[in-house]
Parts: sequence; C-alpha cells; structure tokens
Amino acid sequence: MEQLALFDASPRWTVTDLTRHLRQLLETDPDLQGIWVQGEISNLSRPASGHVYFTLKDSGAALRCVMWKSEAARLRFAPQDGSAVEAHGRIGIYEVSGQYQLYADNLRPLGEGALYQEFLRLKAVLEAEGLFDLSRKRPIPELPHRIGIVTSPTGAALRDMLQTLQRRMPLAEVILAPTPVQGDEAPPALVKAIQMLNKMAAPDVILVGRGGGSIEDLWAFNDERVVRAVTRSQAPVISGVGHETDFTLVDFAADLRAPTPTAAAELATPLTVLDLRQTLVEMGHVLEGNMMTLFERQHALLESHQTGLRYYSPLRRIESERQVLDELSRRGNAMQAHRLELTGARLKGLGNRLVALSPQAVLERGYAVVTKNDQVVSSRSQVREGDALRVRVRDGEFDAHVSGNGG
Amino acid sequence: MAKNDQKPIKGLTYEAAFAELETIVTELETGEKPLEESMLLFERGQALIKHCAEMLEKAELKVQTLTGEAPDGLKDNE
Repeated sequence: MEQLALFDASPRWTVTDLTRHLRQLLETDPDLQGIWVQGEISNLSRPASGHVYFTLKDSGAALRCVMWKSEAARLRFAPQDGSAVEAHGRIGIYEVSGQYQLYADNLRPLGEGALYQEFLRLKAVLEAEGLFDLSRKRPIPELPHRIGIVTSPTGAALRDMLQTLQRRMPLAEVILAPTPVQGDEAPPALVKAIQMLNKMAAPDVILVGRGGGSIEDLWAFNDERVVRAVTRSQAPVISGVGHETDFTLVDFAADLRAPTPTAAAELATPLTVLDLRQTLVEMGHVLEGNMMTLFERQHALLESHQTGLRYYSPLRRIESERQVLDELSRRGNAMQAHRLELTGARLKGLGNRLVALSPQAVLERGYAVVTKNDQVVSSRSQVREGDALRVRVRDGEFDAHVSGNGG
Repeated sequence: MAKNDQKPIKGLTYEAAFAELETIVTELETGEKPLEESMLLFERGQALIKHCAEMLEKAELKVQTLTGEAPDGLKDNE
C-alpha cells in the first residue's frame, strides 16, 4: 500500500488553496449571490466593532451570517434572537475558519416582502386609474392662511411641523386633525381626518405625515382608502411620511411629496416671514417713489404754468420797456461822464500854465527880484550909489547896497 | 379709496392690510387722484406697512384642534 501511494493520482491541496478554491466556487455561483434567505435569528451578537453576527436557522439547518457595521447602521428595525426575518446578501467563505456564511447587506422582518408585493400591485392599479398623474397635482398656495395637519397628536412629526411653521410663517393658523398613524385603526381614522378637515376648516393646504418607522409602521399610508381620500381632498395635500428614502402610495397621490414632516411644513410655506418683511420694505420704497413722482409732476406742472403766465403777462412788456429805459439812461450817463472828463482835463492844462507863469517858478529857474522901497527895480535909472536894496531869490530874501552905478 | 370707507388699520388682517397697500401703491402710480387725496393715501400706505411689519414681529402660530364631534368642530389647543 505504501508503494501504491507513489502512483496515486489524487490531487493534493494545501488547506489554503482548497479553501480559496471553494470560496471561488461559491462566490462565482450566481445562485448564491444577491439572494434572500428566510429564517429565525439566533446567537445574535454585536461586538464593539459594530458588525453584527448571527445565525439564521429553521427546523432543518443553520447558516452563519455577518452584517458589516455600515449596513447594520441602515437597518430600520432592531433584529433580536427569535425574530423571523429575511436576510439579503451573498454566500462566501471566511478562509481563516473555513466557515461558509452569508454576508448580509439587508435584513427585514419576514412578511415585509409580501407587503412590498402588495404595494407594487396596488400602486399599479391606482396608477392605471390616473390617480398619480402629474396633471392632477394642484399648486400649493404661496401664503396659506389656514394650514390643516393630519397626524398623531403625540408624535415628533407634529412637533417638528409646528416648530417649522412657527419659524417660517407664524401668521398662519393651524388646524390639527389628530389621528392614529399606525395600526389597523389608522387608515379609517386618516380618511376621516382628511374629510373632516376639508369639511369643517376648509384649509388652504393640508399636511399629512408621520415620523420614520418600519415599513409596517408606515403601512397605513399605503392603504388604498387613505390614498383615495388624499386624491379627493379639496385642499391640496403635501405628504411627509417617514424619512427621505421612504416612499408610500400617499406620497404618489399627494399634490406634493416632502421627504420628511419638517420638509412638508417648509413646502407648505413657500414664503417666509423674511420674504414678507423684504416685500414690505420694497413696497415702502415704491410707495415713497410714487409719491415723489407725484410731487415732481405737480412741481413741473406748476413751473410750466408759471412760464406760460409770464409769457402772456403785461408785466413782460413793462419789463421790456423798463429795459429800454435802463439802456437809454445808461447811455446818457456815459455821455455826461465823458463831458466832465474833458472839462477836467482842460482845467488841469490851464492850472499847469498858470503855475509856469508864477514868479516863484521864475525864481526857481535862478532869477532874482530886486526891490527898492518895495518898488521892483527893473531899470538902472532907478538906483544910485549907496541905495539899500532888497533881493528875493528862490529860498528867501536878503539886503544889498549899490556900490556903484555903472557908467 | 375714499376716506369714508377706510377701515381702522388696527383690526385689519395681514392679507387685508397688504391688499389695501397694493391698491394704494397702484393708485399713486397712476397719479389720477388730487394731490391732497394722494397725500392721505400715502400716509395710510405708510401706516399699513407699519401695521404689517408689527404683525410679522408679533405673530404667534395659532393652533386649534378638530374635535370631530363638536358642532363647530374646533377647539383651542394650547
């Protein structure tokens, strides 16, 4: 036997190679990828890593499952030991332990799949009826005076909506139609709330909503009765059910779909207090502008009348004649001034000549005046030797004696 | 709007006050009113703006609940 082994053609593997081979076999089998597996959860554990480990089992077998933290975080319900669920994922092998397992990326309570089928069926029916047609959608008023709300009086959705409305449009009046939003009694209560609101409060817009929850929690908003009540509402309806990712049939039927109750309240108030304030400020400017224009127009009118009056007034003739007078008098004055100037110049000439003739001027030139007994001596014959004379020169007088009389 | 059919501004809702304001702005724009009347309109327009601004300032969301049973169907909700 020992020898035979030399000729044994059986393949030989290392554990690693074999495991890798098996892993490839499983992971390339399309029947084992992207599948739903039904079972009951047991041995659920969620260590500090945040990944979720559990076993799915039924009466005949068990399947190890792992769900990574990122996917587990998106779960809308808390899986527990004993929960009947459907897990979605792919079959693979964890090589280190040689353990084949389901790498789950989604988990839902058993029965949700059936609900989803029902959702699709009803959606198709109502769609075919035209209830979701865009042409049916009514516009949402810009400034709703009265806002109806259909939701649970105790839910966070109501609180969120009221806070949002208070912040954005506190002028509005809210009429709440309280109603359960989940459970068997919810659909008829929702229908009644929508009808009563329309009948008794005639709101400008109705918000229908509730906070997030599992698909079963939201199921009342997929109820055919509720969907039809929304399409029959006189006031336009804004839906805000669950979270961003949840779509219910009421969302399709509503005139406007909001991703959350808060968003529904925002969409119901397209204009906010800030917008209104801005508009008021602008209106104030327009009002003042219009008044200014009026004043200016009035002023211009006055001015043009004044011009007209002046044109036709006798004052104008009087004024023009006054101007002629002014002109004449100006010219008269000028002539007079000229004449005066001429006379002045002549007088000045005469004055100059008079100065030139004065005896002082002659003295200035070096001549002297000689007098004897106050008689001007102008001839030799008037004096003899020994006579006392008086001589006047430029700067004064002095005495002199005649020392001889020529000859 | 003639003087004698003016309502006291204090009691006007925001919508009513704003609608009247818009009318006044248009009337002043067309400029067909005598100056004195236009002045009065202008003053009323300013009073309406003040009234609206005060309403925005003081507004508190009013919440009522449909009882569904009572004949008038409404009750105040504090």
